[in-house]
Amino acid sequence: MIPVCRLEDLPKGGSTRVGTSPPIAVFHTDDGDLYAIDDTCSHQDASLSEGWLEGCLVECPLHAASFDLRTGRPTCLPARRPVRTHRVSVHEGVVHVHLAAEEGSAA
Amino acid sequence: MRTVTVVGASLSGLYAARELRAQGFDGRLVIVGEEPHRPYDRPPLSKDFLTGRAGEDRLALTDAEETAGLDAEWLLGVRARGLDARGRTVLLDDGRAVSTDGVVVATGASARHLPGDGLAGVHTLRTLDDARALRAELTRGPRRVVVIGGGFIGAETASSCAALGHTVTVVEAAPLPLVPQLGTEMAAVCATLHRREGAELVTGASVAALRGTGVVTAVTLSDGRSLPADVVIVGIGATPSTAWLAGSALVLNDGVVCDDGCVTSLPQVVAAGDVARVGGTRAEHWTSATEQPRVAVTNLLAGRTVEYARTLPYFWSDQYGARLQFAGRRREGDTVRIVEGETADGVPADDGFLARYERDGRTTAVLSVDRPRAFMRARRELARETERTWPTDGPARPAGDRDRTAGDRVRPAVL
Repeated sequence: MIPVCRLEDLPKGGSTRVGTSPPIAVFHTDDGDLYAIDDTCSHQDASLSEGWLEGCLVECPLHAASFDLRTGRPTCLPARRPVRTHRVSVHEGVVHVHLAAEEGSAA
Repeated sequence: MRTVTVVGASLSGLYAARELRAQGFDGRLVIVGEEPHRPYDRPPLSKDFLTGRAGEDRLALTDAEETAGLDAEWLLGVRARGLDARGRTVLLDDGRAVSTDGVVVATGASARHLPGDGLAGVHTLRTLDDARALRAELTRGPRRVVVIGGGFIGAETASSCAALGHTVTVVEAAPLPLVPQLGTEMAAVCATLHRREGAELVTGASVAALRGTGVVTAVTLSDGRSLPADVVIVGIGATPSTAWLAGSALVLNDGVVCDDGCVTSLPQVVAAGDVARVGGTRAEHWTSATEQPRVAVTNLLAGRTVEYARTLPYFWSDQYGARLQFAGRRREGDTVRIVEGETADGVPADDGFLARYERDGRTTAVLSVDRPRAFMRARRELARETERTWPTDGPARPAGDRDRTAGDRVRPAVL
């Protein structure tokens, strides 16, 4: 479980990058939901936390590949491979990311 | 239409094949590729592939599952050498002939060469085989590398060579590299990136000869200077691959001349990507190569132009740790100003900048260095603005019309 930032510092429509290895992008949608996915576009090296957020989709800032934050699946070319998704929770006002691998090993 | 032949198995050829199936074409699909390789992505060749950060598996544009779904006949490692006058037969170098009802010309462009570049150690960087050969040479220890041409391929390759620890000199014929693409002010800013990572930039210098016996040893400039070199990379642009179409009914003029909908002078032949001169403009951009096939295939299947290629030009370049992104149509005389971020002593600041090109109070183009989010916003605004102010759909201009200004009446992509 990795603390990311205070929820108040991640406004709706905002996103932030967590410098883990590999890095993770955390999004706060306009509807108030929080999502985390691997930050690097599965097509080519670009940071999805810098992408265009619209609803539950984020568009890569380099080649406009689009990913569904709920599943990590690409919704259009040029990306063909999904990115990993990670669970997000808020404890005492702090946003936390639960790495997918950790969840897997704990299960 | 029972058989469609896609000539060219790179980015636009693959996208055309996908579109044919996606738009319901269920006949025989033949894909002809000069290279022996399945479709792969070229942009990483000068960057992550050259530096070893990405292997060949990262270049593949398609996988076994999709390939099976396309249900195509792949004729790879064979060059097309002719198209008959009516566009009904594609002739191949190995003597075969493919009878076809429709053709997508997607043969791309090939790297321009210099006289004397048959010497060992002299490379171009266009294909996977080019990149493999160059990569092999660059892993053999520190080299003196001379890159001829300061355009995007030259700058990216020079940047990769510098990152690998080689001694790099870039030779550019113009007073500044990238002026045609970026204009003088921004080209000057981007030129500083070379020095930032220790590459030497020699401008206003043309190459007189490549020296060496069997193996290159130096590049001689027309002013008499000699630059010692173990490796020379020739990055002086590309020419559209149209030689095989000589004698066909297609109109050729720096590319296959098409109307605004990628349709050639034969209605059952369309063109897309680097080889296509669409509505008066030929673009060697990844984005055009991925956007044009949809329109080309729509019009091919319709038998006439029912849709236009609506592309807002967009390109990017990664060099010396900086990411440049550009969208729009800059013209000579546009004013340019930095609207976000800054430069420090003429060098892009660490957090980059966004610049707008303007004419008559309107934005014509945007450039960012390391400001992807601001760039995306500006690119969307520009696309909307262009959509609003450009003429509404009229009849397509006939193929063969050479008198238009580059770029007029080509409408933007819906982003």
